[in-house]
Amino acid sequence: MALPKYTEPHYRIWHYIYLTICGAVFFFLIAPLFVIFPLSFNAEEFLSFSDGMKRLDPDAFSLRWYKDMIYGTKNPWGLAAKNSFIIAIFATIGSVILGTVAALGLSSRHMPYKGLIMAVLISPMIVPLIISGVAIFFFMAKAGLAATHTGIVLAHIILGTPFVVITVTATLSGFDHSVTRAAASLGSDPVNTFMKITLPLILPGVISGGLFAFVTSFDEVVVVLFLAGLENTTIPIQMWTGLREQLSPTILAVATCLIILSTLILVTAELLRRRSERLRGINR
Amino acid sequence: MSSETKQILTTDGIPLEVSLKKAERKNKIKAFLLVAPLLFFLIITYVFPIGDMLFRSVDDKMVTQMLPKTFKAMETWDGQELPEEEVFAAFHEDFIKLVEDKREGKLSTQLNYTKNGFKSIIKKLRRKSKSFEEGNYKEQIMSVHKRWADVEYWRAIKRRAPEFTSQKYLKGMDMYVNEEGKIVSVEEDRRIHRVLWLRTLEIAFFVTVFCFLMAYPIAHLLATLPMKYSNLLMICVLLPFWTSLLVRTASWMILLQQQGIVNDFFVGIGLVADDNRPEMMYNKTGSYVAMTQILLPFMVLPLYSVMKTISPSLMRAGKSLGGTPFVAFWKVYFPLTIPGIGAGCLLVFILAIGYYITPALVGGASGTLISNQIAFHMKSTLDWSFASAMGLMLLSGVLVIYWLYNKIVGIDNIKLG
Repeated sequence: MALPKYTEPHYRIWHYIYLTICGAVFFFLIAPLFVIFPLSFNAEEFLSFSDGMKRLDPDAFSLRWYKDMIYGTKNPWGLAAKNSFIIAIFATIGSVILGTVAALGLSSRHMPYKGLIMAVLISPMIVPLIISGVAIFFFMAKAGLAATHTGIVLAHIILGTPFVVITVTATLSGFDHSVTRAAASLGSDPVNTFMKITLPLILPGVISGGLFAFVTSFDEVVVVLFLAGLENTTIPIQMWTGLREQLSPTILAVATCLIILSTLILVTAELLRRRSERLRGINR
Repeated sequence: MSSETKQILTTDGIPLEVSLKKAERKNKIKAFLLVAPLLFFLIITYVFPIGDMLFRSVDDKMVTQMLPKTFKAMETWDGQELPEEEVFAAFHEDFIKLVEDKREGKLSTQLNYTKNGFKSIIKKLRRKSKSFEEGNYKEQIMSVHKRWADVEYWRAIKRRAPEFTSQKYLKGMDMYVNEEGKIVSVEEDRRIHRVLWLRTLEIAFFVTVFCFLMAYPIAHLLATLPMKYSNLLMICVLLPFWTSLLVRTASWMILLQQQGIVNDFFVGIGLVADDNRPEMMYNKTGSYVAMTQILLPFMVLPLYSVMKTISPSLMRAGKSLGGTPFVAFWKVYFPLTIPGIGAGCLLVFILAIGYYITPALVGGASGTLISNQIAFHMKSTLDWSFASAMGLMLLSGVLVIYWLYNKIVGIDNIKLG
């Protein structure tokens, strides 16, 4: 944003100070993520830049920790990754189905007690995770589901649905209901109308809600710490244990993979958001 | 044409009004049925368990059920002098039954919560009670240990008679019921929980302030830059937002360690001496820095979405009417962003007040919050009723903030990027 020519000098100075502050904040936000990347290729066992790395000596870099992550003996990452993906996928499916259906009901103008029900539905997002963790643990312990995959999946459905409800309700707020009435008047039954008309139109919202649910589950550690047994270990649990006990560069290799995964998710989410805005005609 | 207004009928001959009401009700039921699966799922797996926490936090039936006859006999005891023989006899009867079920250890743990010193005398009583003769239990029990002849200990037992108790909540605020039945605070140097509550509030407050100060300029920049630049810069906000919390905490652990990059930098520019590197992690500083960076996107996004809707012509109008840019900003732009500020601050504050993972990893002993204490009691001491009580105290605080949020911004207006 260029300044107009007539700007007085002291405002000009102020403007550059403002840009510098912004630059510093952006740096503060993003720079920590980029520290992990080079350090994960460290040939040494330290978590700081070795002299070799500072000189960009090729010998100071290696894939050692990535090999350790994949082939390392008695290493938990394989099992953890498998569990994390299984749990996150089932939790996402559950959250998306329950959340989308509920959002359809909530968006109906006939819905009674809308505010109260909405508050209950999104409460898992507002209640501090530690409290959700305690409450869900009590339930799962009573239901005999502690230390099972099923228990963790159910817990993550609880935590993931608010995101789906919110994104799908937002998509539906710009939804033109006359298209479903048109379909109905042409003889389509409600299920068919939903599958052929409504779903394709709200799909961007559904998918981005699903992405939120996936990330929530994939990244969730507080509730899992209460629920998981040794068999149900997940990537976040392993990272948590690793960070508490000994900070080994293998964790940085895992972290790099997670950053790449989150970049992919970010790109997908952004593309979807733009598509959704285009479809709803809010392109600004 | 008749002058009276005829009821409008549908083709089936039913009045239109009735028919419409019926359709309306049908729609209501349809909408509710769509919400029902999720609603009932959450009520069963989430809302009820939180109610269960409430129940656990005040439930004190355990001792009541372990000493039923004793408490019955104690009903008439005024608590001034040592109780009569019948109380001792009832206690002996209850106690023998507990020893048979091997539950006297649990009793001693529970009574020890009320008054220290029960553990050893109950152990002693168990050993001696095997050789007790029938009758005159008062003498026999009192001869086991001098504390059994101390009225204070019998009063302590009587205090455990009710089925419900508020002692876990009092303990969460470092208070207890003393011998006279008054609520008093524990000694100054043992008030660990009050320190934690205050620290939680303090850290949540300052993290919110820091986030606001940092987020406001960049949200403004993002909202005013042309789309193609702002989209690029938006990635700087969204990438951390989508990245695992543990990954971001890990990067702060690397940056802030004593031989870490931040310290290297400070040494490099001569701010600190190489042999005197400051501890930036495992204390409050660590919690502040890491939590601010992690929660910053939650402040930027609501601010951005509000600022995006403010027309730039308003600022131009303000300036053209004679305001300096600062006056125009303060009188025109800033008031318009207040909804965004409210949303962002409350969101960050709510998230910060319940933070657990980051303080546990980078906070050390002086940077941990109330959540860490709850987790500690859940996992280490297994005092679940105390963990529940503290959790609910935290929850009630959050609900107040949540209610404010609803008043100011509205729950439906939550935006996620």
